[in-house]
Amino acid sequence: MIRIINLFFIIFFLLSSKAYSLIEIDITRGNLDPLPIAVSPLFQDDNSKRNSFNELKIENVGSEISLVVENNLKISGLFNPLSKEAFLQKPDIAHLKPRFEDWALIKAQALITGKVTIEDKKLKVEFRLWDILAGREMMALAFTTVPGNWRRVGHIISDKVYERLTGEKGYFDTRIIYVSEEGPKTARVKKLAIMDQDGFNTKYLTLGNELVLTPRFNPTSQMVTYLSYFKNLPRVYLLDIETGTQEVVGDFPGMTFAPRFSPDGKKIIMSFAKDGNSDIYTMDLENRIVERITNHPSIDTSPSYSPDNRFITFNSDRSGFQQIYVMKSDGSNVKRISFGKGLYGTPVWSPRGDLIAFTKLHKGKFYIGVMRTDGSGERLLTENYYQEAPSWSPNGRVLIFYRETKSNDKGEGFSAKLWSIDLTGYNERQVQTETDASDPSWSSLLSN
Amino acid sequence: MNFSKSFRNTFLVILLSLIVSACATKKTTTTVEGQMQGDVYTGTDTVKYLADGVPDRVFFATNESILTTKSRDTLRKQANWLRENSSINVVVEGHADERGTREYNLALGERRANAAKDYLITYGISADRISVISYGKERPVDSGSNPLSWSKNRRSVTVKAN
Repeated sequence: MIRIINLFFIIFFLLSSKAYSLIEIDITRGNLDPLPIAVSPLFQDDNSKRNSFNELKIENVGSEISLVVENNLKISGLFNPLSKEAFLQKPDIAHLKPRFEDWALIKAQALITGKVTIEDKKLKVEFRLWDILAGREMMALAFTTVPGNWRRVGHIISDKVYERLTGEKGYFDTRIIYVSEEGPKTARVKKLAIMDQDGFNTKYLTLGNELVLTPRFNPTSQMVTYLSYFKNLPRVYLLDIETGTQEVVGDFPGMTFAPRFSPDGKKIIMSFAKDGNSDIYTMDLENRIVERITNHPSIDTSPSYSPDNRFITFNSDRSGFQQIYVMKSDGSNVKRISFGKGLYGTPVWSPRGDLIAFTKLHKGKFYIGVMRTDGSGERLLTENYYQEAPSWSPNGRVLIFYRETKSNDKGEGFSAKLWSIDLTGYNERQVQTETDASDPSWSSLLSN
Repeated sequence: MNFSKSFRNTFLVILLSLIVSACATKKTTTTVEGQMQGDVYTGTDTVKYLADGVPDRVFFATNESILTTKSRDTLRKQANWLRENSSINVVVEGHADERGTREYNLALGERRANAAKDYLITYGISADRISVISYGKERPVDSGSNPLSWSKNRRSVTVKAN
């Protein structure tokens, strides 16, 4: 994937400039030099500013939207948004026709300009992406929404720019569902929480009265499946985030856990524990038919479908220890794919189909890694004291997971936080959450 | 760290912490030796009692659900007690330590709880009287991040249900 991006940047620069392109980007290195980009504040006239204040209590929403864009581009690790203090041209004039020499002078290679109006309780946004070196417009888009959606507007602009410059879909107009954690380790209070991908707009979906674990998004709708200990009966539940309605999945006489949706959103795949043995089952959400997929006296858990629904990867200790397996989605042709040193868990199939991300435990350290679906090409992206449960961004370029710190003998010093890392192994960063957090799951793009 | 500001205080703190840590080290070494066999906890720190002489819990080795000789002894005592108190039902809770992935640990806790349940059944207790629940690594009894704490957390606990 990194090659695709490099390739694209090369094409972009070859098209745009003869002189600077190859000097700026060194493709022999493992990581990318982030592309210098200028995000001009979206222009807003005085009348619109007054309306903006009345509607949102924010005077210059255009500027705020540009900050959302800037932050997204920066955390992607692929862009270097330049300081606005260096900008020579005013936002409104730049939006009409940038003076390319001025932007080239501050070393910008791309420029985003735009204009915002708020009228009749509608937020109208137009923006343009400019190629500074070639001196031409690359993209122009306009859309209208309700003013309350202004942060999403910033995310959508980010996705469009990302897509135009990398050739891949973005992942900014997305949400993360996770488990919020508070209190001492021996009496941890856990709640389901949801937030925008950049950490804003956090909402708590449960009150913390019962233990909740491992929420996962339906890739095709605003539904979530998770494990709840409601009435001390650990069962897989289904939650509609729009309406707040929830229901237990199936009628199992024991613990169901480790749920995930099939990529078409029509089934839930999960483990069911009977007499101490965990096997993998599916339930069709339309006709409620339950199917048993594995039947083995070992632990079979953490199932995840391939994006074409044809295969399932899962975790089993049938070899004696936790390893990763792949089988056909009817349960036939079970093959072990992890053969490295150590234990392997939490396999999750990339939305692109070519890789499986996993957690590995070896010699007291935990790793997040990826391997091809036949187990070859294992690559460890990050090592730490404790981390697990990777979840893919919808474009398959970034993994989000959680990391715990060691506590001392009194239990002090413990924390659980969300982190993300690029598939390249670069750009590792903490994802801000209001409380301690674990078990993140990334949604699909909310808009396209 | 801050030597210039309050050298004397810092010196005292260092001195004190040296003394404290020296004591702590000595203590831990001896307790660990006395409280673990392999990596199975053999101490009584966290143990509660269903009745006089009837411990409520048994401990497991890392990634294992095999009952040790001591665990079987404890479970036989529980079975005797359950036979004498036939109106009491129990829940066997299965637990894991924090050094494993969450979902696998839920399955492992289930396996441990069932190992204890099966042993109780072997000693004549009706399956109807015993339910199981796995908490995986969600309910540690000791919050430390060290081998001794982990050994206390790898357990199944028999709890009165009524």
